[in-house]
Amino acid sequence: MIYNEEYETMPREALEAIQLRRLQKTVARVYNTVPFYKKRFDEVGVKVDDVSSLDDLRRLPFTYKDNLRDNYPFGMFTVPMDDVVRIHASSGTTGKPTVVGYTARDIQTWSELMARTLMAGGATRGDMIHNAYGYGLFTGGLGFHYGAEKLGASVIPISGGNTKRQVMIMTDFGPTILTCTPSYALLIAEVAEEMGVDFREFNFKAGIFGAEPWSEQMREEIERKLNIKAMDIYGLSEIIGPGVSVECIEAQNGLHIFEDHFIPEIIDPDTEEVLPYGTPGELVFTTITKEAFPVIRYRTRDISVLYPEPCRCGRTIVRMGRVQGRSDDMLIIRGVNVFPSQIESVIMEIDGIEPYYQLEVAREGRLDTLTVKVEVNEKVFSDEVKNLQNMERKLEKNIKEMLSVSAQVKLVEPKSIQRSEGKAVRVIDKREI
Amino acid sequence: MKVEQISIFLENKAGRLAEVTGILGREDINIRALALADTSDFGILRLIVNDHEKAKQVLKEQGFTVGRTEVVAVEVEDRPGGLNNILQILFENGINVEYMYAFVQQSGQNAVIIFRFDDIDNAVDVLMQNGVTVIGGEKLYAM
Repeated sequence: MIYNEEYETMPREALEAIQLRRLQKTVARVYNTVPFYKKRFDEVGVKVDDVSSLDDLRRLPFTYKDNLRDNYPFGMFTVPMDDVVRIHASSGTTGKPTVVGYTARDIQTWSELMARTLMAGGATRGDMIHNAYGYGLFTGGLGFHYGAEKLGASVIPISGGNTKRQVMIMTDFGPTILTCTPSYALLIAEVAEEMGVDFREFNFKAGIFGAEPWSEQMREEIERKLNIKAMDIYGLSEIIGPGVSVECIEAQNGLHIFEDHFIPEIIDPDTEEVLPYGTPGELVFTTITKEAFPVIRYRTRDISVLYPEPCRCGRTIVRMGRVQGRSDDMLIIRGVNVFPSQIESVIMEIDGIEPYYQLEVAREGRLDTLTVKVEVNEKVFSDEVKNLQNMERKLEKNIKEMLSVSAQVKLVEPKSIQRSEGKAVRVIDKREI
Repeated sequence: MKVEQISIFLENKAGRLAEVTGILGREDINIRALALADTSDFGILRLIVNDHEKAKQVLKEQGFTVGRTEVVAVEVEDRPGGLNNILQILFENGINVEYMYAFVQQSGQNAVIIFRFDDIDNAVDVLMQNGVTVIGGEKLYAM
């Protein structure tokens, strides 16, 4: 099922003509309104008029997450705050979040893209959508919500958490489409089982799952335990939020990128060279219709691959493979983006503590756990247990406040955290996804 | 009238305690008294040894985190109620004990209690005023 036949099945040539026109407009917009882009374009000697074909995109400089941090909070916006109707934020690499804004038209665009996403995933206006993505600064909850309303479906804005209540609502309301993170889908099924409720008896037919890495094995598990079709969705707030790409229910084979709004590229993360279709590398996106917060060649750090072949669902737009990993050290823990550098800044707030730490991520049951190991040196050591335990609790509290993720802090002996030549081993990820 | 105690941070791993005692043995350092405080993931080993300077140095060289604290050693008659007398004195004078441990002397009829106080000077004054025998460092290290 296709929400917008015209744009999703457009002949390649017509699509590229639209992309070029929109790209030119976006380039002019950012150059004329955002000092950061003007400076960057001037540095590499690119003028607005130089973009005369889609290939000229390669001449434009990349935008990095650090650039967004440097322009915190609103420095990358192209419009005055009067024209901004919504603000969202996600984790930055250090203390400050990455802030994005939307004009009224951006919200319309996003809603349309999420309506397309939901329909690709099997939803129609007759469906009831149980939306357990978090509502708030995170783009997941409201992104799906607006898409569901645009589609004309009935949306239950339940958000995340309070799983027993979620099961009760599912039992009583009979929703047909589930939207949440894949690990939460499995957790709900487990809680249902504990409550003596068979998830397979619910009315659900499909689910759209994302915001964290998952695998084909996990898809099989979800489809079996929940008796639904499970689709992968991709998005990030810097581009728009959810709604960048999604799998179709017909093929479940690659995520269709809505290319009339975003131009994808795959690059070698080290050389920054553009790679051909079919070669894995880092995903780079340029938004071509966003008003308040367009980005030029944004380095997502997500590793994927692009397939140009049309899909049997009828869509002609390019597909991306399931995200295979990251080209940086970002972790996704219970759907929250965590950078080791953020934890480091929390640890370093305590006087005298060594900058040696290690993050250990594991999965207990359905939930990710984060253990932060910190070395004890003479400056922070005490002969009294309570002092050391207070320090652990204080670090845990600060991490929770800053990252909204619960961590267990564990003090370890000096020099027990491996120092490798060159890069320290900061992260041990024991999750099998 | 204070006694030097060294404390060592230990992870809860097999063999760590033996490593400390091994180092001390090799270096000819004798342990006079010890106590281990443990939590689910780490422990603090507290030691009174005959040469705390040297003990601290050799343990640090082997990569241990070593702290040094002043504690009070008190002699108490090795009989029922002996310890209680001292704790009553502390309680009546509003002195809080952070932690304590005890050992019995080889020869005499007395036990030695090691106390860790927040306000050590005040605690020593109170104990002495009440006729409790506070043992000095030199005597204890050589016991």
